Amino acid sequence: MSIMTQVSNLIIPAVIFYVVGYGMVSGVKTYECFLKGAKEGLRIVVDIMPTLIGLMVGVGILRASGFFDFIGVICKPVTGAIGLPTELVPLLAVKLFSSSAATGLVIDIFETLGPDSVCGRIASILMSCTETVFYTMSVYFLAVKVTKTRYTLAGALLSTLAGTIASILLGR
Amino acid sequence: MLNIIWAVMILVGVLYAGFTGHMAEVTNQALASTRDAVELCITMAGVMALWMGLMEIADKAGIVAKMTRGIGPFLHFLFPDIPKEHPARGYIATNIIANMLGLGWACTPAGLKAMGALQDLEKERGTYREGVASNEMCNFLIFNISSLELIPVNMVAYRSQYGSANPAGILAPAFLATLVSSVAAVCFIKWKDRCSRKAVHG
Repeated sequence: MSIMTQVSNLIIPAVIFYVVGYGMVSGVKTYECFLKGAKEGLRIVVDIMPTLIGLMVGVGILRASGFFDFIGVICKPVTGAIGLPTELVPLLAVKLFSSSAATGLVIDIFETLGPDSVCGRIASILMSCTETVFYTMSVYFLAVKVTKTRYTLAGALLSTLAGTIASILLGR
Repeated sequence: MLNIIWAVMILVGVLYAGFTGHMAEVTNQALASTRDAVELCITMAGVMALWMGLMEIADKAGIVAKMTRGIGPFLHFLFPDIPKEHPARGYIATNIIANMLGLGWACTPAGLKAMGALQDLEKERGTYREGVASNEMCNFLIFNISSLELIPVNMVAYRSQYGSANPAGILAPAFLATLVSSVAAVCFIKWKDRCSRKAVHG
């Protein structure tokens, strides 16, 4: 794991160095550009703020009610057999439909178990490995009025499954 | 989709709390969650501003365009039947690169244009069937959903907000995992392509 950690720690400084360096060499007004992009970044956060408030309240209510523990108990026989922490079950299900709702669940896991717990690590990796299957399919196919999606769902689910297994193995 | 998920979460939560006597916890948690969300957004604001600022430089310096051209051979491998000059190619390339760099705002518009261009391609070929996805549409979406995000900036931000000792520590394993899902997608696409070629050529 220590090599993985070292590589991880290198990535962001390397990207920052490369982008700013390349920008300077190619004569871009780096700071002006940065400010323009940063403004856009702030606008994005303001846009997602209501979503995040709504979803975190939803997830918070569901957790405080004890419902997650109930799901965990129900799923225990299955998840125990394949070595999947029960806390991840709601996340796996919701992630197929909505990435923002899944984000709410991940943050909940960070809050209750911590980002460096096994669940926290698996959840972090899981969220960065695939897109939301049903959401993406509905938006993209709606744009061209396609209703017969043929083998798209099978392929997308297969790739999601592969990513999920990899996340669990790598997150341990 | 979210209209249903969100409403169900709230309704199930409140009902379940009513039956199990957790109403006080629900009240406290609902209020605490709003505060958490706002605090999280403050952390996010800094990270997103930094990242989008850097990406604006990358865009102006031509790094994004260079990367888009750079994946040409890969696109040819993935979509051998899309003609070199067809606009679909450019849109797909932009979509993939934007996805890799975590530029959500650039990703979806290019992706939707790619779908439109793939539809035009079917019409040009004379194989257009209304309401039915073409092979390329299926393949493009499968690859898109398999997502090849290089740096999940959001996750790093969330992790740092919740006191991770090493927020960026997941970058390398996350990259491996996203690589696995994408390789699985490519294998599936190539397998399906071979099946459909066999069906055409007998």
